[in-house]
Amino acid sequence: MNVYDIKGLDIAWCPGCGNFAIRKALIQALEELGIQPNELVITSGIGQAPKMPHYVRCNCFNGLHGRAVPVATAVKACNPGLTVIAEGGDGDMYGEGGNHILHCMRRNPDIVHLVHNNMVYGLTKGQASPTSMAGFATPAQPEGVIVNPLNPIALAVAMDASFVARAFAGDVEHLAGIIQQAVQHTGYALVDILQPCVSFNDVNTYKWFKEHSYLLKDHDPRDRRAAFALAVQEKMALGVIYTNERKTFGKQQAAYAGNDAPLYARELNRDKLKALINSFVL
Amino acid sequence: MEDVNIVICGAAGQGIKTVEKLLTRIFAKSGYFVFSTKEYMSRIRGGSNATDLRISGRPPRCPVERVDLLITLDEAALAHMQGRISDKTVVIMDGEAGRQGVHAIPLKQLAKEAGRAVYANTVAAGIVAGALGLGKQEGQDLVGTFFSKLGDEDKQGNAKAFATGWEKGEALHTGLAVQPGQAAGQLLMSGGTAVGLGALAGNVRFICSYPMSPSTAVLIFLAQHAREFGVVVEQAEDEISAVNMGLGAWFTGARAMVTTSGGGLALMTEGISLAGMTETPLVLHVAQRPGPATGLPTRTAQEDLDLVLHAGHGEFPRIILAPGNLEQAFLLTARAFWLAEKYQVPVFILTDQYLMDSFYQVPELRIGDVPLERFMIKPGENYKRYALGKGPLSPMGIPGTGEGLVCLDSDEHDTEGHISEDLDVRVQMVDKRRGKLKEIARDVLEPEVSGQGRHVVVCWGSTRPVCLEAVKRTGRDDVAVCHVSQVYPISRRLGELLEQAETVITVENNASGQFGRLMAELTGRGPDHEILRYDGLPFKADTLAGDIAEILQRSGA
Repeated sequence: MNVYDIKGLDIAWCPGCGNFAIRKALIQALEELGIQPNELVITSGIGQAPKMPHYVRCNCFNGLHGRAVPVATAVKACNPGLTVIAEGGDGDMYGEGGNHILHCMRRNPDIVHLVHNNMVYGLTKGQASPTSMAGFATPAQPEGVIVNPLNPIALAVAMDASFVARAFAGDVEHLAGIIQQAVQHTGYALVDILQPCVSFNDVNTYKWFKEHSYLLKDHDPRDRRAAFALAVQEKMALGVIYTNERKTFGKQQAAYAGNDAPLYARELNRDKLKALINSFVL
Repeated sequence: MEDVNIVICGAAGQGIKTVEKLLTRIFAKSGYFVFSTKEYMSRIRGGSNATDLRISGRPPRCPVERVDLLITLDEAALAHMQGRISDKTVVIMDGEAGRQGVHAIPLKQLAKEAGRAVYANTVAAGIVAGALGLGKQEGQDLVGTFFSKLGDEDKQGNAKAFATGWEKGEALHTGLAVQPGQAAGQLLMSGGTAVGLGALAGNVRFICSYPMSPSTAVLIFLAQHAREFGVVVEQAEDEISAVNMGLGAWFTGARAMVTTSGGGLALMTEGISLAGMTETPLVLHVAQRPGPATGLPTRTAQEDLDLVLHAGHGEFPRIILAPGNLEQAFLLTARAFWLAEKYQVPVFILTDQYLMDSFYQVPELRIGDVPLERFMIKPGENYKRYALGKGPLSPMGIPGTGEGLVCLDSDEHDTEGHISEDLDVRVQMVDKRRGKLKEIARDVLEPEVSGQGRHVVVCWGSTRPVCLEAVKRTGRDDVAVCHVSQVYPISRRLGELLEQAETVITVENNASGQFGRLMAELTGRGPDHEILRYDGLPFKADTLAGDIAEILQRSGA
């Protein structure tokens, strides 16, 4: 038992699902950082991955499909004291929420973005996802996927996202370390988590991921060119691929100039408002 | 004369806005009451835009169709205004040679003589001041104040341009004269500003929107005061993001709003449903314009009542407010934040292009009338967001302020906010959400009735002042005006009022009588007659008076 465990939990994930390992890694990272459940907000959308905040004790905003990132952005902007994680799958985040991610990378809110990437749709039972490989056959794409997969790492590096990492659900220790770094990073932090789907993806299995990925060594994540080269490599590098130190969305808001108070704690200044109204007297 | 209606018409980019601003200030500073409204095309340059400026010793709060003085800045403008020119209209065009019924004054030429062609707007303002018999020196001083930030050369040039225009206007001997009133010390602002000030009074802390005419003025106003008032402002990538950010903000206890128009609200509907399911408050300002789809982006309409009534799938309560004037735009916007937080529901403020872009004076905005209570709590150890047993309202906790955890879910959920497919829980939660409607009824705003009579003109939203003036103009003492500023849920009082009426006439800026239908559904009494306008323009007091009088006469009432 730890502070994040929920008693009598009935988990809806399939036995053998990579989500269990991701949950374990997430809890391990949070414990090591000493973040209390009431200081943590996890926002999520729709799918199997977004059920995470129901399985980890925390403040939880399990909203609409694809919209966890705008919610997380606002939560952090309104209360900078909270640790904010947006979590979901490849369909939720890269498909339905694709546009939000582009603009989130531009904004650079101080949030962690965990994407469980299993290259298939689980909850709707096995259709292609934005990261499914070309040729991947499904009931909805019986002759195989004919469009290119989205490369989240290349996209994030191209967008100058401030922290870009890839990890594998099959290596909990490494993943926990990456999540820890993502939480400690100031700014938007994407962790694309490769994850097998034991029910609907018999191509991208544990074995396949092991064969097609490697642990990154001797790489300077501040080197954007090197990061981009890694991002487009066929064999997938696992580790922190790119970082920069851009200013965050919240810190640049005029509302925080000389005032650190979270927005809920601020009361209306009636005298200021009276003065503003009176400025309309001609 | 009781009032003079001036119209300045020209292409976008010709500076009509400057003339309007200058004239509004000159007349207001001279003790007059002014009302201005714009009719413009959705383009940055060219076309024909018109500004109506009504000046009186008593507060005019709506437009009239009649034009007393028209200044056209190009040929297209003259053609554009043809339908509103009568034999009593004094028409001035820019040029050397006049024609039948049209005075030519070479605005640009006179401006160049005063220094620069860009002073043409100041020449035009001078003509209006001279034509209405405003003091020359007085006007010139006010022009000096208006342009006080410019360099000496431009200040003198504008003053000279004004004087030249004044002399030309005076020489027309228009006979147009109106006595000033007691307008000193009043506040002059637009509907957009009144909504923005209302949001500040409601303690708004977060605004996120995608720009869309005619709602953007509110985003801009709050952005400009963000530093001073501590408001986080973001221009979102789309309306879907905007509404979800608004909900995220309110989840943390920060009062949030979005501002949009019909098309943008259409994109927000899933988020509105999420507000309903998670019982998260949200204030949505919807400035209506004619649809469907892109419609007429810069014109006015009251077409989105049906949309906001039904926006969002599933069943959940909501509140819809529709301010009738600037004071209400301020107070109801502020009230929307209080209502949203108190009842944990989406609250809509329905305005329109006409209200957003109208300018006039108001004596005061009453901050003292804004309810200030906060309703959110520090969640204790055993906090349950959707606790049952104490009525439909369960207190919203602010995450991170107590030991307890705050959990929301777009799925059906249990008392703790976690996913549940227990169908008994489902029924309890539906009843909880729907039960709030009864509570909301305690704070419903009553319809406002002006005058007494067996015939009742019913209006909602921005048409309040025009209906009041139109009924007055009919000269009848048996017609009352009933204005509804809370269109949903509606007060029982409306039904009682309608029951006693012999004739009910609704006035709406749409083609299908949306409010009339809602009224019939909720009170059992629909309109006997409808006056509907859907050409993209607002009602005018003089023509509306004619329509009301004709209906009553025709029906033998």
